[in-house]
Amino acid sequence: MEEELARFKDPVLARRMLDAIAAFSPGEAVLMEVCGTHTVSIARSGIRDLMPAGVRLASGPGCPVCVTSNSDIDTVIALARVPEVIIATFGDMTRVPGSTSSLLKEQADGRDIRIVYSPLDALRIAQDNPGREVVFVGVGFETTTPLVAIAVKRALEEGLENFSVFAAHKNMPGAIEAIIADPKLKVSALILPGHVSTIIGAEPYRFLAEKYGIPGVITGFEPVDMLQGIAMIMRQLHEGRAAIEIAYARGVMPEGNPVAKAAIDEVFDTCTATWRGLGPIEGSGYRLRERYAGFDAVSKLRPQVEQTREPKGCRCGDILRGIMRPDECPLFRRVCTPENPVGPCMVSSEGSCAAYFRYY
Amino acid sequence: MCLAIPARITELKENNMAEVSIMGTTRDISIDLTPQAGLGDYVLVHAGFSIEVVGEAYAKETLALIDEMSELVDDFEASSQAAVR
Repeated sequence: MEEELARFKDPVLARRMLDAIAAFSPGEAVLMEVCGTHTVSIARSGIRDLMPAGVRLASGPGCPVCVTSNSDIDTVIALARVPEVIIATFGDMTRVPGSTSSLLKEQADGRDIRIVYSPLDALRIAQDNPGREVVFVGVGFETTTPLVAIAVKRALEEGLENFSVFAAHKNMPGAIEAIIADPKLKVSALILPGHVSTIIGAEPYRFLAEKYGIPGVITGFEPVDMLQGIAMIMRQLHEGRAAIEIAYARGVMPEGNPVAKAAIDEVFDTCTATWRGLGPIEGSGYRLRERYAGFDAVSKLRPQVEQTREPKGCRCGDILRGIMRPDECPLFRRVCTPENPVGPCMVSSEGSCAAYFRYY
Repeated sequence: MCLAIPARITELKENNMAEVSIMGTTRDISIDLTPQAGLGDYVLVHAGFSIEVVGEAYAKETLALIDEMSELVDDFEASSQAAVR
């Protein structure tokens, strides 16, 4: 198995895929990746510069930290200020500036903010601190949503009363449709996310091909995987077809992961979510169902959320829609750097601006 | 955020937990989402959970797709050269 996995970094295979990309290139095309891990993989492996003339790779709204709205971040900060609360969160979230603060600043001011690797770590913290309320910050797409669903189910089974979640989960197909429907943006094809698709399968993207005539290929993360996905897109464009194909057969079944889909569906209901840069999108967010409403941190703790203010001059919204490249933003590298980020695209390791800063 | 890495299950534990080996280090993960996962299986691990079982056969399937693509290019190039002649 390790031997097979090593082949996905094989330069000979990569060369063959590059030949396929060149052979099938339609001349002019914009390919958008909508997964933050793809953004980083493309940047790190230098794939952008290997594309044939006329073929441009654009980054979409694939970094969950980047698409989290300022008001959601302000709400998390307000939750951190509730006495006796412990905030458990993935690391990237701590550095994202809200209107006037960030979780990292709150931590410096003495609030209890803990970085965890898994929602299960948050459950353990709640078990170990029975007198305190532990709030897990749930961000991420369908890859992460079922994990939080399982954590909530476990909390209910164990009768854990001091655990709750702030759910800012979003679903990917909703965001893709919002972008495709924007007449300002011309996307020829989509490089679809690998691990979101591990959960949801290929079916939820069918509207892309059928309603909009846009090809999509579910792609893995190693250099050869990325090139193969792009080659399969080129072939569809060359042949004038639009279908949803899987280039990442080792990680994605066409039907996805039925157990994970059922877990999401049991715990969460879809709702309108507000995306940074895209605004409110109907059906694109998740909220806890009534049976699990007792685990909703906001209704449980009723935090005092400050008035939201958007950061001055930040163009993350245009960058997330693929309308502007990070280096076209007036703040990029001058005012906004990974050490002193203005917007979330520079904060997250998977953000387009951070990837541009590091690799271009 | 959505990065998942392959790991091998080295021990099955109670409460749907399993010990996995990820590039030489071990940690406990939940197999709630892949109840079919067994000892010795490779699983994709994301944030403390196994989200899919990835067998050797599946890895070979991806490689077969890559071979197919490269054969297509050979055919395509051969036919376009024939057309030029």
